Amino acid sequence: MLTRRIIPCLDVRDGRVVKGIRFQGLRDAGLPEEQARKYEEDGADELVFLDVSATPEGRKTQFETVRKVRAVLSIPMTVGGGVSVVEDAAKLLEAGADKVSINTAAVENPQLLKDMAETFGSQCTVLAIDAKQMKEGSWQTVIKSGKVETGKDVLDWAKEAVALGVGEILLTSWDRDGTRSGYDLDLVEAVSKAVNVPVIASGGANTPEQLVEAIEAGADAVLAASIFHDGDTTSTKLKEYLQSKQIEVRL
Amino acid sequence: MSDKEVIVVSTGTANLASVLAGLNRAGAKPRLSTDVEEITHAKVLVLPGVGAMAAAMENLVRANLVEPLTERIKDGRPTLCVCLGLQLLCKGSEESPDVKGFGVIDDNITRFPDTVTVPQLGWNKVEPYGTCNCVESGYAYFANSFRLEKPPEGWNCSVADHGGQFVASMARGGVLACQFHPELSGKWGFDLLSRWLEASFKTGGRQC
Repeated sequence: MLTRRIIPCLDVRDGRVVKGIRFQGLRDAGLPEEQARKYEEDGADELVFLDVSATPEGRKTQFETVRKVRAVLSIPMTVGGGVSVVEDAAKLLEAGADKVSINTAAVENPQLLKDMAETFGSQCTVLAIDAKQMKEGSWQTVIKSGKVETGKDVLDWAKEAVALGVGEILLTSWDRDGTRSGYDLDLVEAVSKAVNVPVIASGGANTPEQLVEAIEAGADAVLAASIFHDGDTTSTKLKEYLQSKQIEVRL
Repeated sequence: MSDKEVIVVSTGTANLASVLAGLNRAGAKPRLSTDVEEITHAKVLVLPGVGAMAAAMENLVRANLVEPLTERIKDGRPTLCVCLGLQLLCKGSEESPDVKGFGVIDDNITRFPDTVTVPQLGWNKVEPYGTCNCVESGYAYFANSFRLEKPPEGWNCSVADHGGQFVASMARGGVLACQFHPELSGKWGFDLLSRWLEASFKTGGRQC
Protein backbone atom coordinates (compact mmCIF):
# COMPACT_ATOMS: atom_id res chain seq x y z
CA MET A 1 0.00 0.00 0.00
CA LEU A 2 1.07 3.55 -0.74
CA THR A 3 2.35 5.16 2.47
CA ARG A 4 1.52 8.65 3.73
CA ARG A 5 4.36 11.09 3.30
CA ILE A 6 5.94 13.69 5.53
CA ILE A 7 7.42 16.56 3.56
CA PRO A 8 9.57 19.22 5.20
CA CYS A 9 9.49 22.54 3.35
CA LEU A 10 12.59 24.71 3.11
CA ASP A 11 12.42 28.39 2.15
CA VAL A 12 15.46 29.49 0.19
CA ARG A 13 16.48 33.12 -0.35
CA ASP A 14 19.55 34.09 -2.37
CA GLY A 15 20.93 30.55 -2.06
CA ARG A 16 20.52 30.25 1.73
CA VAL A 17 17.85 28.50 3.78
CA VAL A 18 15.82 31.01 5.80
CA LYS A 19 13.31 30.43 8.56
CA GLY A 20 10.55 32.70 9.78
CA ILE A 21 6.79 33.08 10.02
CA ARG A 22 4.90 34.47 7.02
CA PHE A 23 8.21 35.75 5.67
CA GLN A 24 8.60 38.02 8.70
CA GLY A 25 11.73 38.02 10.84
CA LEU A 26 13.65 35.73 8.49
CA ARG A 27 16.85 34.30 9.90
CA ASP A 28 19.61 32.43 8.15
CA ALA A 29 19.55 28.66 8.67
CA GLY A 30 22.46 27.45 6.60
CA LEU A 31 23.25 25.89 3.24
CA PRO A 32 20.41 24.14 1.37
CA GLU A 33 22.50 21.05 0.57
CA GLU A 34 23.47 20.58 4.23
CA GLN A 35 19.90 21.07 5.45
CA ALA A 36 18.59 18.73 2.74
CA ARG A 37 20.96 15.95 3.75
CA LYS A 38 20.01 16.36 7.39
CA TYR A 39 16.28 16.19 6.62
CA GLU A 40 16.80 13.02 4.56
CA GLU A 41 18.76 11.41 7.40
CA ASP A 42 15.96 12.41 9.76
CA GLY A 43 13.45 10.39 7.71
CA ALA A 44 11.84 12.91 5.35
CA ASP A 45 9.95 11.24 2.47
CA GLU A 46 10.61 14.11 0.10
CA LEU A 47 11.49 17.80 0.26
CA VAL A 48 9.91 20.97 -1.06
CA PHE A 49 12.14 23.97 -1.78
CA LEU A 50 10.41 27.31 -2.16
CA ASP A 51 12.44 30.17 -3.51
CA VAL A 52 11.46 33.32 -1.62
CA SER A 53 14.14 35.55 -3.10
CA ALA A 54 13.08 39.16 -3.16
CA THR A 55 14.93 39.99 -6.37
CA PRO A 56 15.49 38.39 -9.80
CA GLU A 57 19.23 38.34 -9.03
CA GLY A 58 18.63 36.29 -5.90
CA ARG A 59 16.44 33.90 -7.83
CA LYS A 60 19.20 33.16 -10.35
CA THR A 61 21.03 31.26 -7.61
CA GLN A 62 18.09 28.81 -7.58
CA PHE A 63 19.44 26.55 -10.33
CA GLU A 64 22.84 26.26 -8.68
CA THR A 65 21.13 25.47 -5.37
CA VAL A 66 19.05 22.71 -6.98
CA ARG A 67 22.17 21.20 -8.56
CA LYS A 68 24.02 21.12 -5.24
CA VAL A 69 21.07 19.59 -3.40
CA ARG A 70 20.53 16.98 -6.13
CA ALA A 71 24.10 15.76 -5.83
CA VAL A 72 23.57 14.74 -2.19
CA LEU A 73 19.83 14.00 -2.00
CA SER A 74 18.41 10.55 -2.79
CA ILE A 75 14.74 11.33 -2.14
CA PRO A 76 12.42 13.36 -4.40
CA MET A 77 12.57 17.15 -4.50
CA THR A 78 9.85 19.58 -5.54
CA VAL A 79 10.95 23.10 -6.40
CA GLY A 80 8.72 26.16 -6.60
CA GLY A 81 8.84 29.92 -6.51
CA GLY A 82 8.89 32.25 -9.49
CA VAL A 83 8.20 29.68 -12.22
CA SER A 84 6.21 31.47 -14.92
CA VAL A 85 7.04 29.79 -18.25
CA VAL A 86 7.73 26.19 -19.37
CA GLU A 87 11.42 27.06 -19.87
CA ASP A 88 11.76 27.93 -16.15
CA ALA A 89 10.42 24.50 -15.27
CA ALA A 90 12.69 22.80 -17.83
CA LYS A 91 15.75 24.47 -16.30
CA LEU A 92 14.77 23.38 -12.79
CA LEU A 93 14.21 19.79 -13.96
CA GLU A 94 17.54 19.81 -15.79
CA ALA A 95 19.21 21.03 -12.60
CA GLY A 96 17.73 18.10 -10.67
CA ALA A 97 14.21 18.90 -9.47
CA ASP A 98 11.80 15.95 -9.73
CA LYS A 99 8.64 18.04 -9.63
CA VAL A 100 7.99 21.72 -10.23
CA SER A 101 5.28 23.59 -8.40
CA ILE A 102 3.41 26.51 -9.96
CA ASN A 103 1.26 29.00 -8.11
CA THR A 104 0.64 32.59 -9.28
CA ALA A 105 1.62 31.96 -12.91
CA ALA A 106 -0.93 29.14 -13.23
CA VAL A 107 -3.79 31.39 -12.09
CA GLU A 108 -2.73 34.06 -14.55
CA ASN A 109 -2.25 31.52 -17.36
CA PRO A 110 -3.84 28.08 -16.75
CA GLN A 111 -2.53 26.89 -20.14
CA LEU A 112 0.91 26.74 -18.50
CA LEU A 113 -0.25 23.69 -16.51
CA LYS A 114 -1.36 21.91 -19.69
CA ASP A 115 1.90 22.73 -21.45
CA MET A 116 3.92 21.47 -18.50
CA ALA A 117 1.96 18.24 -18.15
CA GLU A 118 2.26 17.54 -21.88
CA THR A 119 5.98 18.32 -21.93
CA PHE A 120 7.14 16.67 -18.70
CA GLY A 121 4.21 14.50 -17.58
CA SER A 122 1.59 14.93 -14.87
CA GLN A 123 3.87 13.39 -12.24
CA CYS A 124 6.21 16.41 -12.59
CA THR A 125 3.48 19.05 -12.53
CA VAL A 126 2.39 20.31 -9.12
CA LEU A 127 -0.16 23.07 -8.56
CA ALA A 128 0.32 25.08 -5.38
CA ILE A 129 -2.94 26.64 -4.16
CA ASP A 130 -3.01 29.24 -1.41
CA ALA A 131 -6.53 29.08 -0.01
CA LYS A 132 -8.22 31.80 2.02
CA GLN A 133 -11.47 31.02 3.77
CA MET A 134 -14.44 33.20 2.76
CA LYS A 135 -17.14 31.54 4.83
CA GLU A 136 -17.72 28.07 6.21
CA GLY A 137 -17.05 25.52 3.45
CA SER A 138 -15.89 28.13 0.96
CA TRP A 139 -12.38 29.25 0.05
CA GLN A 140 -10.92 31.48 -2.61
CA THR A 141 -7.51 31.30 -4.24
CA VAL A 142 -5.02 34.01 -3.32
CA ILE A 143 -1.78 34.73 -5.19
CA LYS A 144 1.41 36.75 -4.95
CA SER A 145 2.16 35.42 -1.45
CA GLY A 146 -1.41 36.11 -0.37
CA LYS A 147 -1.41 39.76 -1.34
CA VAL A 148 -3.92 39.42 -4.19
CA GLU A 149 -7.40 37.85 -3.96
CA THR A 150 -8.44 36.24 -7.24
CA GLY A 151 -12.05 35.42 -6.47
CA LYS A 152 -11.35 31.94 -7.91
CA ASP A 153 -13.10 29.22 -5.90
CA VAL A 154 -10.49 26.74 -4.64
CA LEU A 155 -12.52 23.59 -5.39
CA ASP A 156 -13.31 24.74 -8.94
CA TRP A 157 -9.67 25.69 -9.50
CA ALA A 158 -8.41 22.32 -8.23
CA LYS A 159 -10.78 20.44 -10.57
CA GLU A 160 -9.87 22.66 -13.53
CA ALA A 161 -6.16 22.15 -12.90
CA VAL A 162 -6.46 18.36 -12.70
CA ALA A 163 -8.38 18.38 -15.99
CA LEU A 164 -5.45 20.33 -17.46
CA GLY A 165 -3.03 17.59 -16.35
CA VAL A 166 -1.80 18.54 -12.87
CA GLY A 167 -0.58 15.44 -11.00
CA GLU A 168 -0.47 16.74 -7.43
CA ILE A 169 -1.90 19.63 -5.41
CA LEU A 170 0.06 21.40 -2.71
CA LEU A 171 -2.75 22.92 -0.69
CA THR A 172 -1.83 25.69 1.73
CA SER A 173 -4.28 27.32 4.08
CA TRP A 174 -3.36 31.00 3.98
CA ASP A 175 -5.29 31.54 7.22
CA ARG A 176 -3.25 28.92 9.08
CA ASP A 177 0.17 29.24 7.43
CA GLY A 178 2.92 29.79 9.97
CA THR A 179 0.44 30.06 12.86
CA ARG A 180 1.03 26.56 14.26
CA SER A 181 -2.74 26.33 14.92
CA GLY A 182 -3.31 23.10 12.94
CA TYR A 183 -4.29 22.37 9.33
CA ASP A 184 -7.62 23.60 7.95
CA LEU A 185 -9.22 20.14 7.98
CA ASP A 186 -12.43 21.19 6.19
CA LEU A 187 -10.32 22.53 3.34
CA VAL A 188 -8.21 19.35 3.14
CA GLU A 189 -11.31 17.18 3.11
CA ALA A 190 -13.14 19.26 0.51
CA VAL A 191 -10.24 19.32 -1.96
CA SER A 192 -9.30 15.64 -1.42
CA LYS A 193 -12.89 14.68 -2.26
CA ALA A 194 -13.00 16.97 -5.29
CA VAL A 195 -9.98 15.49 -7.10
CA ASN A 196 -8.33 12.09 -7.63
CA VAL A 197 -4.71 13.28 -7.57
CA PRO A 198 -2.66 13.30 -4.35
CA VAL A 199 -3.23 16.31 -2.08
CA ILE A 200 -0.48 17.65 0.19
CA ALA A 201 -1.85 19.46 3.25
CA SER A 202 0.11 22.55 4.24
CA GLY A 203 -0.17 25.46 6.61
CA GLY A 204 -0.49 25.37 10.39
CA ALA A 205 1.21 22.12 11.42
CA ASN A 206 2.37 22.09 15.03
CA THR A 207 1.70 18.73 16.69
CA PRO A 208 1.79 15.06 15.63
CA GLU A 209 -1.95 14.83 16.33
CA GLN A 210 -2.60 17.51 13.70
CA LEU A 211 -0.73 15.48 11.07
CA VAL A 212 -2.96 12.49 11.85
CA GLU A 213 -6.07 14.68 11.54
CA ALA A 214 -5.00 15.96 8.12
CA ILE A 215 -4.36 12.41 6.87
CA GLU A 216 -7.70 11.25 8.22
CA ALA A 217 -9.31 14.21 6.41
CA GLY A 218 -7.90 12.80 3.15
CA ALA A 219 -4.40 14.22 2.70
CA ASP A 220 -1.91 11.91 0.98
CA ALA A 221 0.99 13.85 2.42
CA VAL A 222 1.58 16.49 5.05
CA LEU A 223 3.94 19.39 4.61
CA ALA A 224 5.44 21.31 7.48
CA ALA A 225 8.15 23.90 8.01
CA SER A 226 8.21 25.60 11.39
CA ILE A 227 7.61 22.32 13.27
CA PHE A 228 11.10 21.24 12.17
CA HIS A 229 12.83 24.60 12.68
CA ASP A 230 13.98 24.24 16.22
CA GLY A 231 14.98 20.60 15.97
CA ASP A 232 12.32 19.55 18.48
CA THR A 233 11.09 16.78 16.24
CA THR A 234 12.06 14.82 13.12
CA SER A 235 10.18 13.12 10.30
CA THR A 236 11.11 9.73 11.79
CA LYS A 237 9.65 10.63 15.20
CA LEU A 238 6.48 11.94 13.57
CA LYS A 239 6.14 8.80 11.44
CA GLU A 240 6.54 6.60 14.50
CA TYR A 241 3.57 8.45 15.96
CA LEU A 242 1.58 8.06 12.72
CA GLN A 243 2.35 4.33 12.71
CA SER A 244 1.07 4.03 16.29
CA LYS A 245 -2.22 5.41 14.92
CA GLN A 246 -2.38 2.64 12.27
CA ILE A 247 -1.28 4.93 9.44
CA GLU A 248 1.10 3.24 7.01
CA VAL A 249 4.42 5.06 6.72
CA ARG A 250 7.93 4.36 5.48
CA LEU A 251 10.15 3.73 8.51
CA MET B 1 35.78 3.36 -22.22
CA SER B 2 36.65 4.36 -18.71
CA ASP B 3 36.26 2.10 -15.72
CA LYS B 4 32.69 2.02 -14.29
CA GLU B 5 31.32 3.94 -17.25
CA VAL B 6 27.56 3.72 -17.63
CA ILE B 7 25.85 4.91 -20.80
CA VAL B 8 22.51 6.61 -20.10
CA VAL B 9 20.13 6.77 -23.07
CA SER B 10 19.10 10.39 -23.52
CA THR B 11 15.48 9.89 -24.53
CA GLY B 12 14.04 13.36 -24.71
CA THR B 13 12.79 16.34 -22.78
CA ALA B 14 12.32 15.22 -19.23
CA ASN B 15 14.58 15.21 -16.25
CA LEU B 16 17.67 13.02 -16.26
CA ALA B 17 19.54 14.82 -13.48
CA SER B 18 18.24 12.58 -10.70
CA VAL B 19 19.30 9.40 -12.55
CA LEU B 20 22.76 10.82 -13.27
CA ALA B 21 23.19 11.98 -9.65
CA GLY B 22 22.01 8.60 -8.32
CA LEU B 23 24.49 6.71 -10.53
CA ASN B 24 27.27 9.06 -9.44
CA ARG B 25 26.49 8.48 -5.77
CA ALA B 26 26.56 4.72 -6.37
CA GLY B 27 30.11 5.02 -7.74
CA ALA B 28 29.44 4.85 -11.49
CA LYS B 29 30.55 7.31 -14.16
CA PRO B 30 27.38 8.02 -16.16
CA ARG B 31 27.47 9.58 -19.61
CA LEU B 32 24.51 10.59 -21.78
CA SER B 33 24.31 9.24 -25.31
CA THR B 34 21.97 8.66 -28.26
CA ASP B 35 24.64 7.05 -30.42
CA VAL B 36 23.61 3.66 -31.87
CA GLU B 37 27.12 2.18 -31.72
CA GLU B 38 27.73 3.29 -28.14
CA ILE B 39 24.37 2.01 -26.98
CA THR B 40 24.79 -1.30 -28.82
CA HIS B 41 28.22 -1.95 -27.32
CA ALA B 42 27.93 -0.31 -23.88
CA LYS B 43 28.94 -2.73 -21.15
CA VAL B 44 26.39 -1.21 -18.79
CA LEU B 45 23.37 0.79 -19.97
CA VAL B 46 20.54 2.72 -18.32
CA LEU B 47 17.23 3.45 -20.07
CA PRO B 48 15.53 6.10 -17.93
CA GLY B 49 11.82 6.80 -17.91
CA VAL B 50 10.71 10.07 -19.38
CA GLY B 51 7.31 11.57 -20.22
CA ALA B 52 4.66 9.70 -22.15
CA MET B 53 5.05 6.37 -23.99
CA ALA B 54 4.32 7.84 -27.43
CA ALA B 55 6.89 10.65 -27.10
CA ALA B 56 9.56 8.29 -25.81
CA MET B 57 9.00 5.72 -28.58
CA GLU B 58 9.01 8.47 -31.19
CA ASN B 59 12.41 9.66 -29.97
CA LEU B 60 13.83 6.12 -29.88
CA VAL B 61 12.54 5.34 -33.37
CA ARG B 62 14.00 8.57 -34.74
CA ALA B 63 17.40 7.74 -33.17
CA ASN B 64 17.28 4.15 -34.58
CA LEU B 65 17.54 2.79 -31.05
CA VAL B 66 14.55 0.45 -30.86
CA GLU B 67 16.31 -2.54 -32.44
CA PRO B 68 19.63 -2.29 -30.53
CA LEU B 69 17.79 -1.82 -27.24
CA THR B 70 15.43 -4.72 -27.92
CA GLU B 71 18.37 -7.00 -28.79
CA ARG B 72 20.28 -6.01 -25.63
CA ILE B 73 17.28 -6.77 -23.47
CA LYS B 74 16.52 -10.09 -25.21
CA ASP B 75 20.19 -11.09 -24.78
CA GLY B 76 20.07 -10.19 -21.07
CA ARG B 77 22.99 -7.77 -21.24
CA PRO B 78 23.34 -5.32 -18.31
CA THR B 79 20.54 -2.81 -18.82
CA LEU B 80 18.63 -0.91 -16.15
CA CYS B 81 15.21 0.33 -17.28
CA VAL B 82 13.56 2.88 -15.00
CA CYS B 83 9.84 3.76 -14.73
CA LEU B 84 8.62 4.25 -18.32
CA GLY B 85 11.72 2.23 -19.22
CA LEU B 86 9.95 -0.85 -17.84
CA GLN B 87 6.75 -0.06 -19.73
CA LEU B 88 8.61 0.27 -23.05
CA LEU B 89 9.48 -3.45 -22.82
CA CYS B 90 5.81 -4.39 -23.25
CA LYS B 91 3.69 -4.71 -26.40
CA GLY B 92 1.83 -1.47 -25.83
CA SER B 93 0.09 0.82 -23.38
CA GLU B 94 -3.36 2.27 -22.72
CA GLU B 95 -1.55 5.60 -22.48
CA SER B 96 -0.72 5.60 -26.20
CA PRO B 97 -2.89 2.94 -27.90
CA ASP B 98 -1.51 3.59 -31.40
CA VAL B 99 2.11 3.08 -30.40
CA LYS B 100 3.99 -0.22 -30.20
CA GLY B 101 6.51 -0.93 -27.45
CA PHE B 102 9.54 -3.25 -27.78
CA GLY B 103 7.31 -6.31 -27.34
CA VAL B 104 9.83 -8.24 -25.24
CA ILE B 105 7.02 -8.76 -22.74
CA ASP B 106 3.84 -10.17 -24.28
CA ASP B 107 1.48 -7.95 -22.30
CA ASN B 108 0.04 -4.43 -22.20
CA ILE B 109 0.35 -1.55 -19.76
CA THR B 110 -2.87 -0.30 -18.17
CA ARG B 111 -3.95 2.69 -16.08
CA PHE B 112 -4.50 2.44 -12.32
CA PRO B 113 -8.19 2.25 -11.39
CA ASP B 114 -10.04 5.41 -10.28
CA THR B 115 -10.52 3.92 -6.82
CA VAL B 116 -6.98 5.04 -5.89
CA THR B 117 -5.05 8.30 -6.38
CA VAL B 118 -3.67 8.68 -9.89
CA PRO B 119 -0.82 9.33 -10.42
CA GLN B 120 0.65 7.07 -7.78
CA LEU B 121 3.09 9.47 -6.12
CA GLY B 122 5.03 8.32 -3.11
CA TRP B 123 6.56 5.38 -1.28
CA ASN B 124 5.04 1.95 -1.69
CA LYS B 125 6.00 -1.37 -0.09
CA VAL B 126 7.80 -3.64 -2.54
CA GLU B 127 7.84 -7.40 -1.93
CA PRO B 128 9.66 -10.13 -3.82
CA TYR B 129 7.32 -12.23 -5.98
CA GLY B 130 7.93 -15.95 -5.76
CA THR B 131 11.59 -16.81 -5.38
CA CYS B 132 13.02 -13.52 -6.64
CA ASN B 133 16.04 -12.34 -4.70
CA CYS B 134 17.06 -9.44 -6.95
CA VAL B 135 15.02 -6.86 -5.08
CA GLU B 136 14.71 -7.01 -1.32
CA SER B 137 11.55 -6.17 0.58
CA GLY B 138 11.43 -2.42 1.26
CA TYR B 139 9.91 0.95 0.40
CA ALA B 140 10.44 2.40 -3.07
CA TYR B 141 9.44 5.74 -4.57
CA PHE B 142 6.93 5.60 -7.43
CA ALA B 143 5.63 8.31 -9.78
CA ASN B 144 3.35 6.68 -12.36
CA SER B 145 -0.22 6.55 -13.66
CA PHE B 146 0.17 3.30 -15.65
CA ARG B 147 1.47 -0.12 -14.67
CA LEU B 148 2.01 -3.76 -15.69
CA GLU B 149 -0.47 -5.85 -13.72
CA LYS B 150 0.76 -9.40 -14.18
CA PRO B 151 4.33 -10.57 -13.44
CA PRO B 152 5.60 -11.97 -16.75
CA GLU B 153 6.78 -15.59 -16.92
CA GLY B 154 10.50 -16.17 -17.08
CA TRP B 155 11.30 -12.96 -15.18
CA ASN B 156 12.17 -12.59 -11.50
CA CYS B 157 9.69 -10.03 -10.24
CA SER B 158 8.82 -7.93 -7.25
CA VAL B 159 5.33 -6.53 -6.73
CA ALA B 160 3.51 -3.74 -4.89
CA ASP B 161 -0.16 -2.84 -4.35
CA HIS B 162 -2.04 0.24 -5.50
CA GLY B 163 -5.65 -0.62 -6.26
CA GLY B 164 -4.45 -4.21 -6.80
CA GLN B 165 -1.12 -5.90 -7.35
CA PHE B 166 1.25 -4.57 -10.00
CA VAL B 167 4.81 -5.28 -11.12
CA ALA B 168 7.34 -3.16 -9.19
CA SER B 169 10.39 -4.69 -10.86
CA MET B 170 11.39 -7.54 -13.14
CA ALA B 171 14.80 -9.01 -13.83
CA ARG B 172 16.20 -11.48 -16.35
CA GLY B 173 19.89 -12.07 -16.94
CA GLY B 174 21.60 -8.69 -16.65
CA VAL B 175 18.39 -6.75 -17.25
CA LEU B 176 16.68 -5.04 -14.33
CA ALA B 177 13.50 -3.08 -15.06
CA CYS B 178 12.01 -1.01 -12.22
CA GLN B 179 8.64 0.74 -12.18
CA PHE B 180 9.91 2.68 -9.15
CA HIS B 181 12.80 5.14 -9.12
CA PRO B 182 15.82 3.53 -7.42
CA GLU B 183 17.65 6.87 -7.71
CA LEU B 184 14.97 8.50 -5.52
CA SER B 185 14.39 5.62 -3.12
CA GLY B 186 16.75 6.65 -0.33
CA LYS B 187 19.22 4.15 1.11
CA TRP B 188 17.16 1.17 -0.10
CA GLY B 189 17.37 2.42 -3.68
CA PHE B 190 21.04 3.31 -3.34
CA ASP B 191 21.80 -0.23 -2.13
CA LEU B 192 19.88 -1.75 -5.04
CA LEU B 193 21.68 0.46 -7.58
CA SER B 194 25.05 -0.35 -6.02
CA ARG B 195 24.36 -4.10 -6.07
CA TRP B 196 23.17 -4.04 -9.66
CA LEU B 197 26.14 -1.95 -10.83
CA GLU B 198 28.61 -4.21 -9.06
CA ALA B 199 27.05 -7.33 -10.57
CA SER B 200 26.95 -5.68 -13.99
CA PHE B 201 30.63 -4.78 -14.01
CA LYS B 202 31.80 -8.08 -12.47
CA THR B 203 29.67 -10.77 -14.00
CA GLY B 204 27.64 -9.17 -16.74
CA GLY B 205 24.78 -8.45 -14.37
CA ARG B 206 23.51 -11.97 -13.74
CA GLN B 207 22.29 -11.85 -10.16
CA CYS B 208 19.20 -14.02 -9.94
